[in-house]
Amino acid sequence: MSPGGATRIEIRPRPGCMDGLGRRAARKLGFSAEAVTGARIYYLIDAAQDREPLADSEALELARTYLADPLTDEVRIGETRGEWAIEVGLRPGVTDNEGNVASEILREVLGRSLRVHHARQFTIRAAGSAQALEGGTLASHCRARLGNPLVERFRVPAEGDPPFALDTVAEPPGPATIVPVSLGGDAAALMRLSKERVLALSVAELRSVREYFERPAHQAERAGLGLPPDRPTDVELEAIAQTWSEHCKHKVFNDAVVFRHADRTVAIPEGLFRTFIRGATEVVSRERDFLVSVFTDNAGVVRFDEDYDLVFKVETHNSPSALEPYGGALTGIVGVNRDPAGTGLGAQLLFNTDVFCVAPPDWTYPLPEGILPPARILAGIRQGVEDGGNQSGIPTVNGAVFFDARFLARPLVFCGTGGLLARQIAGRPGHTKQILPGDLIVMLGGRVGRDGIHGATFSSEGVAEETPSGVVQIGDPITQKRALDLLAEARPLGLYRALTDNGAGGLSSSVGELAQLSGGCEIHLDQVPLKAIGLCPWEIFVSESQERMTLAVPPERWDQLAALAARRQVEATVIGHFTDSGHLTARFGGKVVARLELEWLHHTGLPARTLEAEWPGSVPDRHDSAPGPAVAPLDPAPGGPGEDPGTLAGSPDRTSALLALLGAPNICSREGLIRQYDHEVQGGSVIKPLVGIHRDGPSDAAVLRPRLDSGRAVAVSNGLGCRLAEFDPYLMAVHAVDEAIRNAVCVGADPDHLAILDNFCWPDPVHDPDRNPDGRRKMGALVRACQGLHDAAIAYAAPLISGKDSVKNDFMGKRPRGGAPLGLEPAPLGPGAAADELKLSAPPTLLVSALAVVPEATRAVSMDFKAPGDLVYVLGLTRAELATGEYESLARQAEAKVPPASGALAERRLPTVDPALARRCYRAVHAAMQQDLVASCHDASDGGLAVALAECAIAGELGVRCDLSEAPGARGLGDEAVLFSETGGRLVLSVAPADRERFEAHFPDLPLALVGRVAAVEPRSWKEGRSGVSERELPDAGNQPEVKGVGPPEGAGGQMLVEIEAQGRTVVRAAVAQLKRAWQETPQW
Amino acid sequence: MVDKRVRALVLTGYGINCEQEMAHGYRLAGARVTVAHLSDVLEGEVNLDDFHILNFPGGFSFGDHLAAGRALADKLKATRGFWSKLKRFVKDGKFIWGVCNGFQVMAKLGILPVVEGKLGDPEITLMANDSGRFEDRWVQLAVNPDSPCVYTRGLSEITLPCRHGEGKVVAREDIKDRFLAGGYVVMQYADDTGLPTEQYPHNPNGSEAGVAAVCDESGKIFGLMPHPEAHLFFTNHPNWTHKKVELFRKGIRTLPVEGEGMQLFHNAVRAAAEEFDLSVPAEVTERQLASR
Repeated sequence: MSPGGATRIEIRPRPGCMDGLGRRAARKLGFSAEAVTGARIYYLIDAAQDREPLADSEALELARTYLADPLTDEVRIGETRGEWAIEVGLRPGVTDNEGNVASEILREVLGRSLRVHHARQFTIRAAGSAQALEGGTLASHCRARLGNPLVERFRVPAEGDPPFALDTVAEPPGPATIVPVSLGGDAAALMRLSKERVLALSVAELRSVREYFERPAHQAERAGLGLPPDRPTDVELEAIAQTWSEHCKHKVFNDAVVFRHADRTVAIPEGLFRTFIRGATEVVSRERDFLVSVFTDNAGVVRFDEDYDLVFKVETHNSPSALEPYGGALTGIVGVNRDPAGTGLGAQLLFNTDVFCVAPPDWTYPLPEGILPPARILAGIRQGVEDGGNQSGIPTVNGAVFFDARFLARPLVFCGTGGLLARQIAGRPGHTKQILPGDLIVMLGGRVGRDGIHGATFSSEGVAEETPSGVVQIGDPITQKRALDLLAEARPLGLYRALTDNGAGGLSSSVGELAQLSGGCEIHLDQVPLKAIGLCPWEIFVSESQERMTLAVPPERWDQLAALAARRQVEATVIGHFTDSGHLTARFGGKVVARLELEWLHHTGLPARTLEAEWPGSVPDRHDSAPGPAVAPLDPAPGGPGEDPGTLAGSPDRTSALLALLGAPNICSREGLIRQYDHEVQGGSVIKPLVGIHRDGPSDAAVLRPRLDSGRAVAVSNGLGCRLAEFDPYLMAVHAVDEAIRNAVCVGADPDHLAILDNFCWPDPVHDPDRNPDGRRKMGALVRACQGLHDAAIAYAAPLISGKDSVKNDFMGKRPRGGAPLGLEPAPLGPGAAADELKLSAPPTLLVSALAVVPEATRAVSMDFKAPGDLVYVLGLTRAELATGEYESLARQAEAKVPPASGALAERRLPTVDPALARRCYRAVHAAMQQDLVASCHDASDGGLAVALAECAIAGELGVRCDLSEAPGARGLGDEAVLFSETGGRLVLSVAPADRERFEAHFPDLPLALVGRVAAVEPRSWKEGRSGVSERELPDAGNQPEVKGVGPPEGAGGQMLVEIEAQGRTVVRAAVAQLKRAWQETPQW
Repeated sequence: MVDKRVRALVLTGYGINCEQEMAHGYRLAGARVTVAHLSDVLEGEVNLDDFHILNFPGGFSFGDHLAAGRALADKLKATRGFWSKLKRFVKDGKFIWGVCNGFQVMAKLGILPVVEGKLGDPEITLMANDSGRFEDRWVQLAVNPDSPCVYTRGLSEITLPCRHGEGKVVAREDIKDRFLAGGYVVMQYADDTGLPTEQYPHNPNGSEAGVAAVCDESGKIFGLMPHPEAHLFFTNHPNWTHKKVELFRKGIRTLPVEGEGMQLFHNAVRAAAEEFDLSVPAEVTERQLASR
């Protein structure tokens, strides 16, 4: 037995058995696989104080029987001496999923209450590590790579570190008392208070709070209740701060705006959300009859079929993911799961989506303190979404990864979840909620701990070096799954009348919001089940501990719900009741600790604010067919340290440029990443993220059938706007909408039964002379983006049904010492900032997600070319618009060696899109698909038509021969523009020759052109390539044509070529196998 | 009228997550299916004896903590009434089928392959994939014609998706030779030529001899890593859009409805119907034939 009454159990794989833990650690450490051995460590603590501690022999037997694998593991008790090892365990209070499961199982099998704490140990053999590292150096090397000090702790026994002190798991009791908080003093004093308590309230907001507590009527009432008459309790102030946080209240989108641009000044008194987002949906709803519930609940709801509605919500989890990528992304995905699960009476979860915006993983510049390496961030968020989605049994069907250096300090993690909501549930419309006074407040699922305190207010401020660690959490998908499974059983029985999730702001927010339905609530904070002792009442109220739902339960149904929950081993607790008192009341130990008027808290209390916005340019109407606006020439690019940029752009060798583009981080294959997500659980998968003959082509969107007994299906897609933001945020938004819709149309979605969601991630747009001197301009960009979103939604008649914003994507820290280069441009600070202060901001980013109905699954279409001889069409106009595109970015890297190009690249026109025309095109495509006339359909976006054609060829493993001068609008354009321009609204389609006339008949007066054919090779069977990646056998390898400029074709795929002509000459000629190699040469994600 | 259909019990709860598609496969195959929370079965609310086929669907029971399937297997064994009922269920000649996490649970329970004849004594386990990763990947499987497995009757190959992080079958040294030589191995990961392989990615986990599916000597207790319930439909196959184009060009404009995974459900229900003197509705057979 170890000190502290804990028995330490070490489980390692037997010699010769696979050591996955060690192998993964070796990869992270950069050591050889043999150098590292992993071990699972369990500390067993007998929770019953009056029992004899566990004997070692007993512990060994127990570990062999229940914790270790009898075939592959070996077990030791106590510490192994004589080896250099580092142990990584979770910090006290951080959710320990492994330990909790072990504890639950041991309790069941032994009938004995044992607390289990889990850790991982890595034994390092110096011989196999990269160099002979000294002990100290080795320890710091390992600490930096094997864990995150925000949530984990380390010990190195060789350095004399004692065993983890486990008694701290139960934290010392905090004061179960309440503290009145004085709101006296000047503005500076109020700001100090706000900062010290992480309230994220402004001076004006705190003054409004002060005014509330100064009202004589309130004072008299409070005195009678035993509350401090003239000031809030800490419980009240914290609840107000959560309710009024940017995260919960979306102030930037609701406040009035004054917008100055080059032509005039416009007032937007109703704010961005009402004017542009809900405003667009109000217009669109006149011609769309499928809207069920928009902007009112946790997620948007649209009609699916006679019996069911679809629910969709996308959120971001940026701040936590910057600090603890795994935990941040995991709670991001399980958190957004609870939104559809808490919409109406609760939806069944159908699919997840994920979009990551991160800095390039091969980042080599020194990192400022407080920023994790991009490779680690990407690995962590990927793993977090994997565990969150896979363990919950929800397929991750659609997503994107976008690389840009500006996401270094503030990565963006978008997580979305869709669900299926029955239209009738227990005799009531499924999308509605109802609460009567007297209904019980029931908390269901996980318990409340110190994790996640101040998440809402924290994310309403920028990330700073000294950010508290309590904001970071590790999610527990299985506890949540058990809770959601229980709700699925309780729902048809009518065991609850309303529900919502516990997310930002915890109970203060969930109960506070539901209370508006009945007109009041009374919550007993001392009845809330806790997982850590010593929480103050205010902490219990605002803690964002995960996996919890709040229900309104009719009193006469409680016994039945409680019995069911007990049988399912899900914790459900009555923590109060709903009232019609008009107040939110909280008690602790019978004593009132908070009492706030609901109307004031949610509506009248928050002071109105007018935000200033400015935009330097004029604000033209973009719904015309003029060429894209020209933008300033590029500055010389900063060369990467020690890198040798290629010499591709500007050279006439377009084949090399295409190969380089296919390998570009934002275009290359995501297969390694996608395969780690379960994308077909639930059995309804129709179009997967990976398609084509070898199942490795990049699908435009996902299609799945929510009901296995129906052919009706759903398409899910996204469009990400970011690169255009600094030039034309309006256009950026229009492109994001277009791309999302276009992707959905490619797989068979009905563009007339399609809804969209917006997610804005912005750097702080609220002006401050010192901290945010360019805030007005960022607010101006936000106004422009909202205008673009509004106009595009109306133009496509695509209603916005839900959305979310994150408007503090800034990092405040210190510049690296010694003036080392940062590798990116910091955000400006005002004169009041210290010289070494550093601000890094994410670029303005808009994610548009689309959800659409595919009327019949068997008419869905994939992007791979299907058959030799098929006709290849381009739909949509091409213009010379390369600015901000992938080709320009390639040129920028090459610029060090190659003089700036002339022609289209030098002209720098931004890509445009004509939504009115695009809408007609998409409807025509959908009509053609309904007659089975389209063999393949793929969108042309990043890298233009050349990349789109190459992807169709790679996925179908077929060649293509075409003349892109024939593409609509392309005649007379330079070959760079024809190949790589990123004009929106374009599709590449293939069609059986026999269907030519019927297909073309769908496109009268539309910009459709036949540009070539899928190249002929011998007929194939669909069974070929059935098991993965190997190349197909091809006849007569000796007959391979030489491809000029790209070396001899290699491998068996060499006979199939992608040949593209423009202006009468061949500009691209490459073997499909070679293109595929370039596309797949990606890092292992 | 007496219901002469086969009765299948599909377990759920504690992180199991493929129960709905598993149940749907049985519905399409003409069985009467009950999806029951495991706690109801352990507490006797749902009686195991009322069923002919018990199913452990895929999922992440207890989050795969400790080891995939481990915690759930421990829980089942610890519930004495259930464990003895389960052993009797086996002795009565009834059917048990586990997929992915369900197979992992069965392996850890020691109810297959039972080479030595001791029910409850684990002889195989499923370890982390050699790649160290969870992977979703469709695989080609060669079916062992010498296996007594009733679920794969008439099949020589099948295409199914794998979705696991711990799928490498490891057999106990003392039974390994008998295990690999007998009919216990039902399916093996195959390469493009259809031969069993240990090579990634055709074999996604590094399983020795490519073992992907295992049964006991009766052929009625069956577990596999790939997911037949994720290939109930023609449109589940990753290349169905290609096959559709091929069929249309041949003038065949009616697409098959069922996917290859359905054949295992049909076989299971037919075999159980034969064994227990029950019947399969006629329209099921018609639909199956139409899908060929």
